[in-house]
Amino acid sequence: MAEAQAPASVAETKDALAAASYLADESAALVSFLAQRLGKPVLVEGPAGVGKTELAKALSRASGRELIRLQCYEGLDEAKALYEWNYRKQLLRIQAGGAQGGWDEVQDDIFSEEFLLERPLMQAIASPEPVVLLIDEIDKTDQEFEAMLLELLSDFQITIPELGQVSATSMPIVVLTSNNSRELTEALKRRCLYLWLDYPEMEREMEIVRLHAPDLSEALTRRLVEVVRMVRALDLKKPPSIAETIDWARTLLLMGSDDIDRETFEQSMSIIVKHRTDIDLVAERVGMKLAESVRPQS
Amino acid sequence: MPSPYGPKADTGPPGLAAKLLGFCEELRSEGVAVGTSEILDAFAALEQVPWESRDDFREALATTIAKSQEDRRLFELLFERWFFRAAEAEAIEREIGETEQRHEGAERLDIDELREQIRQAIVDGDEGQMRDLARLAIAAFGQQGEGSGVVGVDVQRIRRTLELSAGTQPQPADGAAELPPIDRDQLNRFERHLRRELERDLIERTETLPPSRPLAELDRALPTSPTQDLAAVHRAVSQMKRRLATLGHEQRGRRKAQTVDVRRTMRASLETGGVPMHLRYRPKRPRRPEIYVLCDVSTSVTSASVFFLSVLHALHDSFRKLRSFVFIERISEVTEIFEHERDFREIARRISSEGGVADVSGYTDYGRVWLEFLTEISDELDPRSTVIVLGDARTNGREPHAEVFAQVSERAGRLFWLNPEPKLYWNYGDSVMAAYERYCDGAFECWTTRHLENFVNVVAGGVPAAE
Repeated sequence: MAEAQAPASVAETKDALAAASYLADESAALVSFLAQRLGKPVLVEGPAGVGKTELAKALSRASGRELIRLQCYEGLDEAKALYEWNYRKQLLRIQAGGAQGGWDEVQDDIFSEEFLLERPLMQAIASPEPVVLLIDEIDKTDQEFEAMLLELLSDFQITIPELGQVSATSMPIVVLTSNNSRELTEALKRRCLYLWLDYPEMEREMEIVRLHAPDLSEALTRRLVEVVRMVRALDLKKPPSIAETIDWARTLLLMGSDDIDRETFEQSMSIIVKHRTDIDLVAERVGMKLAESVRPQS
Repeated sequence: MPSPYGPKADTGPPGLAAKLLGFCEELRSEGVAVGTSEILDAFAALEQVPWESRDDFREALATTIAKSQEDRRLFELLFERWFFRAAEAEAIEREIGETEQRHEGAERLDIDELREQIRQAIVDGDEGQMRDLARLAIAAFGQQGEGSGVVGVDVQRIRRTLELSAGTQPQPADGAAELPPIDRDQLNRFERHLRRELERDLIERTETLPPSRPLAELDRALPTSPTQDLAAVHRAVSQMKRRLATLGHEQRGRRKAQTVDVRRTMRASLETGGVPMHLRYRPKRPRRPEIYVLCDVSTSVTSASVFFLSVLHALHDSFRKLRSFVFIERISEVTEIFEHERDFREIARRISSEGGVADVSGYTDYGRVWLEFLTEISDELDPRSTVIVLGDARTNGREPHAEVFAQVSERAGRLFWLNPEPKLYWNYGDSVMAAYERYCDGAFECWTTRHLENFVNVVAGGVPAAE
């Protein structure tokens, strides 16, 4: 099994992630480090929009591995996730080669890897280069699907009845994300390292904004993050995610604002708040706290 | 020398391995599922991280052992005692105190200087510095004999004396450099250090470690009434899920029209050289029960409604196609709250604040509830759906509209009623259980998890339900 370059220390992982423009906190860096050293899958849970998927992408950029993504949804089955026999091609093979060779040969032939359609999980296992496998929103699938993943997650192998076991040629980094909409099974959790990501603390969120919108002034960055935190503290249907904070920072840059006053806020609020009822609530609770526009209205 | 404060903390066999195992053992006793594979992972993880960093050590253990937020919370509570009380336990063992060195530093410091240093450390976020300063602060106040002996009280007292508070800081009188504001997170961090050091003091004074037991009883007394606990409800419900899912399988067969599965037929046709001689059919999907739960949350069932809500909570974890409603005078769908909120307490709060189910009187109006349910939902009811009503059938003298209920019963595949009152009280006073019961596939008394399990058994055991 080809061993990819594993980082030597937690700090190194953190730096590598930062270089891939992902500012990891202590626990995220440590878990990413352990995942690479121990070769264990990581289960990332947390509210929507705290950068769970982004962590996997950053890991892929940081380690120079290809990212293979399996987006989960209700009703996802092994034909979509693992592999499927390409029966059209099998059919063609039989009809084309009818004259030559006996039945046995044909049978051996049509159940060979040539006729296998690889789906994301199979791709990740079969890839000659080590990859990062992202299984996104695992909580959207059924429990049966989780059970199917167990073999893959603990042994990095897939059993195909006609072919036998296919083992990983390289050790993938596996990241599973969950929005915690239902309890995952114990068996799945047992095989994973667990990471809970939450909204970042103020300082870290400011750093993140600085990283993605470096032109924004220091004072405005602080103000922006303060307001976003204020909005998150409200009881909203969909609290603003980190990505939306960044979007908002960029918008403010485009608008050329130098402070967040009520007017600017009301104009650009729709970037961080995306529900009709939420907008009313935020306008009422947060908008009122902001200073009236100082610039003369033109 | 026998300690006057009772037996010393038992440190167990030496070595980290034993320590870690003991730790896991204790986590298990608090209800965290720690398997052997998790422990092996923990050891493997510890081989990879430097031990001198407290955070790395803790995170490495946490990521391998605590696999949910609830587990993580328990982990934090126990971890502190097992690993960072270890030094103190050892000191007690060897009867080493550090009282002597402690006061030396304090004498040299006056409060104002200390305050400035602490502010600086808080602003810098320097953990090591904060810890040292926390010690100094405690020592300084210890000299004045102000300790109350209760850690939480002392933390606040010291914080107040130091005039530390979140928000903008008072500017120094001599016009020195302006201090940036301190936010709540930073202050909390300093308070954590204070707390930890105060606990250290306490351990040294009493020569015992803080008690380990009460965690399970105190901290995890979840919202339910005393007779049941959330975990038991979840267990019963997951059992119910399996039973409901397999119920009725026996009647399904090849009687009805089937759809040809083209893909599989083609594959099967390979055996016959591409001529589809054997038709393959789409497998009949196992029955996915659609469940509608209607839950009474009026005052007459207050004692049971917490239990009902926890049943609902558990149901939502197990079933994907579940719609839940709460009602008093009107009915209101709360499916969304359950889907977006994991914390039980929060759910209970939001239901009471957002449900909008009480109109004027706050008394249940079953008749109106059925009418509303029928007009809003009944189109979606079909023979595959199961309706479960949780309520006491006390109409407060209002029209019960049993005929409407009968229509609901007719459209739904199955209808069960769980009543939080003992059977004895049914039909007394304003209870009109009898009017409804005859339209139910089963009516059960249910106010503890045992009743719930009984309900599951009866439903699944094929005992012919009343009809």
